[in-house]
Amino acid sequence: MSVTSSDPRIAGARAAPKRGIRFSWSDPLFRAIIWQIVIVGIVVGIGWYLVHNTMQNLAARRIATGFDFLDRVAGIPIGESMIAYDSSVHTYGRALVIGVLNTLQVSVVGIILATIIGTLVGIGRLSSNWLLARLTAFYVEVIRDIPLLLQLLFWYTMLQGLPPPRQAWSIGDTAFLSNRGIKLPLLEWQTAYGFALLGLAAGIAATIWWSRRASRVQEQTGVRPSVWPVAIGGMVVLPLAIWALFGAPLVLDIPALRGFNFQGGGTISPEFSALLIGLVTYTAGFIAEIVRSGIQAVPNGQWEAARALGLRHGVILRQIILPQALRVIIPPMTSQYLNLTKNSSLAVAIGFQDIVSIANTTLNQTGQAIEVIAIIMAVYLTISLSISLFMNWYNARIALVER
Amino acid sequence: MTDATTAPRVRPPASVVGPWAWLRANLFKSWLSTATTLVLVYLIGRGLLGLIDWGFVNAVWGVPYNAQGVPDTASCHAAKGQGACWAIIADKYRLILFGRFPFDEQWRPAVAVVLFIALYVFSAIKGVWRKGIDSPLLRTAAAIAVVTVLATNVVGWLGGILGLPTVLGDILHLIDIVARYASGVLLLFVWPAIGVWVVVLSAIFVLMAGGVYGLSPVAVDSWGGLPITLILATFGLAFAFPLSILVALGRRSTQMPAVKMICVLYVELIRGVPLISVLFMASVMFPLFMPPGVNVDKLLRAQIAVILFAAAYLAEVVRGGLQALPKGQAEAADALGMTYWQKTGLIVLPQALRLVIPPLVNTFIGFFKDTSLVLIIGLFDLLTMGKIALSDPPWQAFPTEVYIVLALIYISFCFAMSKYSRGLERELNQARGR
Repeated sequence: MSVTSSDPRIAGARAAPKRGIRFSWSDPLFRAIIWQIVIVGIVVGIGWYLVHNTMQNLAARRIATGFDFLDRVAGIPIGESMIAYDSSVHTYGRALVIGVLNTLQVSVVGIILATIIGTLVGIGRLSSNWLLARLTAFYVEVIRDIPLLLQLLFWYTMLQGLPPPRQAWSIGDTAFLSNRGIKLPLLEWQTAYGFALLGLAAGIAATIWWSRRASRVQEQTGVRPSVWPVAIGGMVVLPLAIWALFGAPLVLDIPALRGFNFQGGGTISPEFSALLIGLVTYTAGFIAEIVRSGIQAVPNGQWEAARALGLRHGVILRQIILPQALRVIIPPMTSQYLNLTKNSSLAVAIGFQDIVSIANTTLNQTGQAIEVIAIIMAVYLTISLSISLFMNWYNARIALVER
Repeated sequence: MTDATTAPRVRPPASVVGPWAWLRANLFKSWLSTATTLVLVYLIGRGLLGLIDWGFVNAVWGVPYNAQGVPDTASCHAAKGQGACWAIIADKYRLILFGRFPFDEQWRPAVAVVLFIALYVFSAIKGVWRKGIDSPLLRTAAAIAVVTVLATNVVGWLGGILGLPTVLGDILHLIDIVARYASGVLLLFVWPAIGVWVVVLSAIFVLMAGGVYGLSPVAVDSWGGLPITLILATFGLAFAFPLSILVALGRRSTQMPAVKMICVLYVELIRGVPLISVLFMASVMFPLFMPPGVNVDKLLRAQIAVILFAAAYLAEVVRGGLQALPKGQAEAADALGMTYWQKTGLIVLPQALRLVIPPLVNTFIGFFKDTSLVLIIGLFDLLTMGKIALSDPPWQAFPTEVYIVLALIYISFCFAMSKYSRGLERELNQARGR
């Protein structure tokens, strides 16, 4: 059936534009245009009013606008940074970049850990063991009902209540837990590791190629060549062999107590740990619920049908249940990942120097309120947009293809 | 074949019913389940015993005070690690709950909190949201009264900027007060639940601020504690919810692309940034937005930030409901010749909103917790008062006790809400026959 605007059966909004506008209040299109002009006018008017006031206020307070302050020397002491930083040399711009990197670091680690713990708890809630199901349900209920900020403050005071370095708890005198954070032995970098990593990359590539080939062979012959020998050979034996070829160098930088603090080794600061623990335990509560409802959304008949086909338990879970559950899980999971990233901004309350915290210090030192808040918002919008783009792509990949 | 009714009744074997069977099925099904049960019983038992020891058996419930009223916390320090120091709560609970509100007047925030809770309970009762007397006259009168309140306030605000003569200001004030009472009473008849909200929220405001009915005026700066948390959450949602409905409708609009774009931009911008950045904006940038000489109170600024933030999230929930409603409903309304607002107000929204009550309540819970973020911009909500209580030197060493009490307060509010939401969800699913 050809649908044209003259078709009387579909009179209404769609057909309106072709018939032209009547300048009458009884014409929906005319009304829509008038309303839009009014609403846009109000919004633009309010916006103009605010901008006008802001300009006046800035002029009155003699605040220069612009991003020139980014090139000035910051003088903000920063405790932990992934790139080199010296507060007496480097600029506000670099300090803010460090803030972004710190935000990304805690978000990425947090997302990974929260997903693992949340999935375990979610599966635990479905356990046939009554006690385990009850305990995980209790955890989920309680952790979700306490404000995250309160939890962060709690964890931070807990970590500060740990013994001082001299009475630190140690694991075999190589790793230490004290109120200065976690001290871990650090592997000193050797040239051999670079080559071993190259070998590992080659091994991963070979494994992927081989498993693709195995799938092709399986489709043609019905017999799947085993993949594990290639996987172990490429990803374990090859890197180890390269490392051994270079004489198996291994130097550990072990932290040791000197005076009142530790020297050497790597540090995980109490601020980072508190933020990470808080974010992970809180978000895991939400992820657990998502995973549970995702698994429950797959009808029991899917299990029964797969078993009737004689498939093994692992295969059923991997090939039948998970792909269907993921379809339900991915969209809400995306918003949890976004929440975790945005919630990492609470770091400012416990002194971890993420983007908000450093930007806040910058604001207090320079007074450039508008620029600094614009930077914070731009950073989060970029991160949020990237995560949702990636998750949308993944979601589209696993979505049900209908007809 | 014997008739089923005359056949001898045999009890099922003990291995299938009864407590033993339940234990076997739920705790000792396999060796793995048995091991899990044993480990968990050990861990939970130890944890509970430790908690009872710490929280009750070894706890310190009170400490002596010296002549200056300074507490002597030696017994608490002695018990630290083995027992809780509940003395800090006994000493500070008024400060934590009511902030720096004048001590002798603290019955006022206490009554305000009770009113808030009563309002929540009232709103959760089934059927209270039905409309009242169906009279066009009353409806019009109520609408005029509400619009008058809004208008007088806007004119008064503009007048404050432009410099209106005082006589006019006084007349406006008078009209405003009359219209307020009128709108409250009329709304009680037209739409009882909304009327109750308006009246109770006004009463709470009067209780807190004072200045009339013989109540001594109390500046907003000295409000604090639980009332601030409840004010931020309740007023925030009361204003964010209508706004969110408008935004959701705007986002679904097919005829107005410009309005749709504004709504999409607003929702996505707000949802892409953390609440803290919006609060920062309210606390540092908002003063720049205002004309010189106009000072907006810090609480009001945070309140506006919370409203704008909550509205964006609620709008997405409402949009979900609008999308879930079958299109035929709107089309049928169109076919009956209803106008847009008749169709939306009488057909679409009542059904769409009912669908999304559970997620709405979950969003409410989220915002109730998120009000604690005002700590970062220095507002005296419940959590901030807890931190201030902890800054008192004698008590600095006992944060855990305060945090636990704060957590319990938040949990009791959130748990009640989530229990309610789950009850609704079950009802909804039953109604849908699932």
